[in-house]
Amino acid sequence: MEGFSKNVEACPRLLDLIPKERELLGDREDERSSSEEKKLELRLGLPGEDWPLKNTRERHESQLNSFGYFTNGNNQTQKFPSSADNSHVWFNQQQKGQVAPPFLTFPSSTTPPTATAPQQSLPVMAKESSQPCCNKAVVELQQCAEKKAFSPPAPANTAVPNSSQKSLEFYHQFTADRRCLTAPGPVVGWPPIRSFRKNLASSSGSYSKPTVESLNKPVETCKKGLFVKINMEGVPIGRKVDLKAYDSYEKLSSAVDELFRGLLAAQIDSSSNGIMNKQEEGKAITGVLDGSGEYTLVYEDNEGDRMLVGDVPWHMFVSTVKRLRVLKSSEVSALSREWKHQAREGARELCEQIAMNFAVKILHRSLNERT
Amino acid sequence: MLRKASSFPEEMLEHVLSFITSDKDRNAVSLVCKSWYEIERWCRKRIFVGNCYAVRPEMVIRRFPELRSVELKGKPHFADFDLVPDGWGGCVYPWIAALATAYPLLEEIKLKRMVVSDESLEVIAKSFKNFKVLVLSSCEGFSTDGLAAVAANCRNLRGLDLRESEVDDPSGQWLSRFPDSFTSLASLNISCLGAEVSFSALERLVGRCPDLKTLRLNHAVPLDKLANLLRGAPQLVELGTGAYSAELQPDVFSNLAGAFSGCKELRSLSGFWNVFPGYLPAVYPVCSGLTSLNLRDANIQGADLIKLVSQCRSLQRLWVLDHIEDIGLEALAACCKDLTELRVFPSDPYGAEPNVSLTERGLVSVSEGCPKLQSVLYFCRQMTNAALVTIAKNSPRMTCFRLCIIEPRAPDYQTLQPLDLGFGAIVENYKDLRRLSLSGLLTDRVFEYIGTYAKKLEMLSVAFAGDSDLGLHHVLSGCEKLCKLEIRDCPFGDNALLANAAKLETMRSLWMSSCSVSFRACKLLGQKMPRLNVEVIDERGPPDLRPENCPVEKLYIYRTIAGPRFDMPGFVWTMDGDSV
Repeated sequence: MEGFSKNVEACPRLLDLIPKERELLGDREDERSSSEEKKLELRLGLPGEDWPLKNTRERHESQLNSFGYFTNGNNQTQKFPSSADNSHVWFNQQQKGQVAPPFLTFPSSTTPPTATAPQQSLPVMAKESSQPCCNKAVVELQQCAEKKAFSPPAPANTAVPNSSQKSLEFYHQFTADRRCLTAPGPVVGWPPIRSFRKNLASSSGSYSKPTVESLNKPVETCKKGLFVKINMEGVPIGRKVDLKAYDSYEKLSSAVDELFRGLLAAQIDSSSNGIMNKQEEGKAITGVLDGSGEYTLVYEDNEGDRMLVGDVPWHMFVSTVKRLRVLKSSEVSALSREWKHQAREGARELCEQIAMNFAVKILHRSLNERT
Repeated sequence: MLRKASSFPEEMLEHVLSFITSDKDRNAVSLVCKSWYEIERWCRKRIFVGNCYAVRPEMVIRRFPELRSVELKGKPHFADFDLVPDGWGGCVYPWIAALATAYPLLEEIKLKRMVVSDESLEVIAKSFKNFKVLVLSSCEGFSTDGLAAVAANCRNLRGLDLRESEVDDPSGQWLSRFPDSFTSLASLNISCLGAEVSFSALERLVGRCPDLKTLRLNHAVPLDKLANLLRGAPQLVELGTGAYSAELQPDVFSNLAGAFSGCKELRSLSGFWNVFPGYLPAVYPVCSGLTSLNLRDANIQGADLIKLVSQCRSLQRLWVLDHIEDIGLEALAACCKDLTELRVFPSDPYGAEPNVSLTERGLVSVSEGCPKLQSVLYFCRQMTNAALVTIAKNSPRMTCFRLCIIEPRAPDYQTLQPLDLGFGAIVENYKDLRRLSLSGLLTDRVFEYIGTYAKKLEMLSVAFAGDSDLGLHHVLSGCEKLCKLEIRDCPFGDNALLANAAKLETMRSLWMSSCSVSFRACKLLGQKMPRLNVEVIDERGPPDLRPENCPVEKLYIYRTIAGPRFDMPGFVWTMDGDSV
């Protein structure tokens, strides 16, 4: 498609964003001084305190429109009255650097690319409106914008690769920074489709037509990982663990500790009606595998049977586990003899049984379809 | 207060108030004077709490002693897209436990995005003698065991709706727990269940509930069972089919078509999992009466899809996959003049290349052909300013406009310009716009337009947009009615947030993830604004171990009269006065 080849060309746009990002980070570092901190405090404008706009409101009502909300001495949020016309004037005034056609007559498909009004007017707009304005916050915001205007290309100047070399450097640094800040890989949650839908879509196909592919694949596996729900006795909040992220029982057990230590501590605290002490991290949850601790990790396999975690080889566990539970060891011990026995029957038998059951289920489904 | 009561009898006012149903109006009434406040609180039957952490259940109970219906929301909206880590919170149990002791006559509980344990469901099942409606929308944490308790104990249940919830350990037997004497069900939505339900139990249940108007099945109910179900419930108004595929057999088809044509009241259809197009003509007899058609789960394409949609001439609401393409939307625009809501979902959201021919032109056609259009959710891969301007002019009644251009920061593909002017036209023309989602390449300018024109905007979603703090500042300072703001991956930071701190107290919540807000700003905000809960969500560990100017991973701010919450998991930190 035409549009898409263009998009590829427009890739340098990403690079152009980078100097800006660095600038932002730079700004923040500069601001570290304590006087700046005071300024921030002032700008918070608590009820009746030093809201910086208060003294200037008669003079620049039109600017105030951009601010909308203040708190007055009575601790009530108040909106400054402004007629629609007024705000419109203000709005247009900001745009007067350009030809400023009203939206509805803007013939965007026929606009020559030279009319780069939006990008160019942006700094102009910022400067103009900053002149009559006494508000510290706004001034600062606009300084921020002005700085940006001088930094190489604004994001909209997509087709101008003038400083691409420099941008490339920025880009590498930026992506490196970014990687430290957020998780790598594809963007989580974009496009905004309900995650629930994804599961449904991937599972629904297998009900009518079990394919070779679906037979070979464990049911809940997807490219991303193998997420299994885990609940702990006494903790109402369940979690999910990605079994693909661990390769041994030991790592899983330390993950259990990480996931639930805080929650358990919070639970105990809130049930004893005290206010939770945030410093208190809670006791470590240990010994979930060998039954030596207060809690024991068990799982339900794909047959619906409860098993002790740790009794079969890791990979077999991963391929059969449906959900995990952390139970009080005292309650487990009564049942554990039975499970131990079951586990001792041997991994091979279990494996055969699972394979058999799976085959039977598939057969059932295809029979159901026929009838 | 006594004087007032004698001049205007309490009973009279109470009677008058019984006609006022909207939450906003009730709130306004209660602000008139102390005696109205008193009278209103004693006769308030239903409440809606948009954030379960904004108020404590005890406060609600103290003020409204006679509630019959409670609606609660939990997690932030972005939880739908995996942006809120598992275990964040939103547990309903504390609420249910409190409601159970305070309101034995409670009839309705509606929950959205909450963690509902089986224990909670058991308490619901056993505490409320006249319980009627349970809606669990996008909830999780419970299993069919909890549902079994509800089925067995709620003798007067009229509605059970599990829309889009994640239900564990599905065992189909829970349906058989409805006692044989139970006949009151009016609405049942089990479309989210993963596993098979006991079909005989379902068939008996449907057959013995004469008031059943809504039935939404899950994908495990096979097509050959549908005809029998329909014959048992010809009064159905809303139907979600199960799987819609089978080998084409003339007798199965004619049986199904006969069953459908018996359903004279049918107004809404959904489901159609694994649809086999050969069976679609079976629904044609009811199409002319349909006002709502949800084909989101139906993988129909091309001529089959267009033919189905063009049969539905009274359609007001259509949800469909992008298989409908531009040409199908053109047909829709020509046939369905009453359309008010359109949602077009991507069939291949993660593919790099477009798999269908769905562009801005489809939406333009619908806006031209359907003058009543009010609500749009549209996923596509290309857009132009010109198209947005046309759409803005064509549909002045729009209240909800959500456009998702799948590639982040995609410009107008014809001019390579940002889409600022297009979205500017949208906010300028849609005078009643309440909800807006932005996408594509956008600069601070679009936020200036939004702040200037979108005076009724209540919810705004922003991703990958803006160049500086100015963008956020325009929105926070300009949008007077803004209630929910959610932002991801935008270079918005401390200045705009702190400069508009007071505005945050007028809003329900603000979500910012992967933005440029520093930990220091979060602390300041939490310190200075006691009625805001400022929660930093950071899965990398405690934010105070990093430099103060380091941006936080995720930030969720909401107003509350309940103070900081106590159920925070290890990756959430609240910024209150004590912690700084």
